[in-house]
Amino acid sequence: MQFIKQLSVFVENKSGRLSDILTTVGNADIDISALSIADTTDFGIVRMIVNNPEQAASVLRENGFVVKVTDVIALAVADIPGGLAKEVEKLKNAGISIEYMYAFIGKSDKGALVIVRVEDPEKAIEVLKGESVTLVSPEEVYRL
Amino acid sequence: MGMYQPEIETMERSELEKLQLERLQKQVKYVYENVKVYRERMDKKGVKPEDIKTLKDIAKLPFTTKQDLRDYYPFELFAAPKKDIVRIHASSGTTGRQIVAGYTRNDLDMWADCMARQIAAAGGDENSVVQVSYGYGLFTGGLGAHGGAERIGAMTVPTSSGNTERQIRLMIELGATHLCCTPSYAMYLGETINEMGVKDQLSLKAGIFGAEPWTEDMRHQIEESLGIKAYDVYGLTEITGPGVSYECHVQGGMHVCEDMFLPEIIDPDTEEVLPPGSFGELVFTTLTKEGMPMMRYRTRDLCVLDYEKCECGRTLVRMKKPAGRTDDMLIIRGVNVFPSQIEEVLLKMGGDITPNYQIIVGRENNTDTLEVQVEMSESMLSDDIKSVAAIEKKIVSKLRSTLGLGAVVKLVEPKTITRSEGKAKRVIDNRKLHD
Repeated sequence: MQFIKQLSVFVENKSGRLSDILTTVGNADIDISALSIADTTDFGIVRMIVNNPEQAASVLRENGFVVKVTDVIALAVADIPGGLAKEVEKLKNAGISIEYMYAFIGKSDKGALVIVRVEDPEKAIEVLKGESVTLVSPEEVYRL
Repeated sequence: MGMYQPEIETMERSELEKLQLERLQKQVKYVYENVKVYRERMDKKGVKPEDIKTLKDIAKLPFTTKQDLRDYYPFELFAAPKKDIVRIHASSGTTGRQIVAGYTRNDLDMWADCMARQIAAAGGDENSVVQVSYGYGLFTGGLGAHGGAERIGAMTVPTSSGNTERQIRLMIELGATHLCCTPSYAMYLGETINEMGVKDQLSLKAGIFGAEPWTEDMRHQIEESLGIKAYDVYGLTEITGPGVSYECHVQGGMHVCEDMFLPEIIDPDTEEVLPPGSFGELVFTTLTKEGMPMMRYRTRDLCVLDYEKCECGRTLVRMKKPAGRTDDMLIIRGVNVFPSQIEEVLLKMGGDITPNYQIIVGRENNTDTLEVQVEMSESMLSDDIKSVAAIEKKIVSKLRSTLGLGAVVKLVEPKTITRSEGKAKRVIDNRKLHD
């Protein structure tokens, strides 16, 4: 399985910058399916999953943003109490530590979706194959 | 590499000193007779032109400072009558009020020789195509480099600064072999050329850069990004303009055109002349100027003179790159800080750090604040905020150990720091300590 391409965009903590990013992506007709922001007092990193990561990265760069593309994995989680806990536990048991994760707003037909950033995504996929974890393919994620 | 005037550039020191003394005596006499300000000062010190019997006697003469150029603005320090002045230049006025310099036809001639020596030292000759991307106008950079390029017989392309994409197109289409501009503009040109992906279409071999302080690391970056050898040229409007001293391929200091400008190193506090090899303030006396000769002009540049013969064969003394100009120096919380030190810290961080930065000094609750803004680049970015924050911390700690001063480092979005086409504005001092 291929990894999901996540875009990370550097933003200064100035009003209007998030809106500039979203407008740039929107004007290029790119659909955002998940988004999370990490920030310090003076800057932030906007992480996004979009339907066309290459095109999104290039329009953002053309508009002067610094963009980094990172491999992440997507897990399907049963949308019931304890559903996410159960999946995270599986990762823990498999010895995979999570650097950060965030949830999708939409749902796939396999359940709720979470994006997980791990240190070594290749190894994680290998290990998780043996577990009863539902990994979601990039095609499916980008479609959302 | 070639030499434009080998008979002067490789002259034996004893012979050179004879020439210098002859010219100095003539210049002092000329100045005494034609500039009231100098005559009064010499009279006050009890020194007459005849008292200059050896080169060492120069120490008897009074100093001239930038303040004098402001006080006697515009014409009082001119020695030639206005009808003989054919050109005026003015300093860019980065530090204080504007000053002017006047040149006779002969002054322009000598100046063109200085710059021709530099271009020849950088491998230029009549087959070269020299693109002059220094600003043309009151600033000495453009017309100064232009004069030298024409003098050597190169195909001279006076693009002046600005309109970067057109500059690059012309550079490619006309096959520029030599580029003259400020080092910060060379960095910007390199950045743009690499962005446009046209580096392999350039014919550039060498660049001649000056008019603002730059570091060895910046030299490497320019050489790398433009695929050239970068030469450092030194000059100041008060003395003539670029070409007062120039670098050869050895890159071990800039050869002073000693047949035209007599250098001394003094202790900036006691004003005492220091022995060869000492670090101190550079002082120049012009030997051939007619328009606006300068007696012992204090440059405020701090450096060392090296009288060892250079590997290139030139005997002209080499001045080491000035460590800073006394008036570029910032005093922050009582600590002396040269912007070049901050630049060096950033460039030494490795390829991760972009050379685009700005220093902002302020004052809050009677305490000076120092903020260094650094533009973000893709190699510095990570999806993990901790590692980006770690870069900030690393710069802070390097600055602390180099400057002995705490600074706030702020990563900013690319292209938010204004690019300069002339001299880079690296420092914004919001303290308003002076008037």
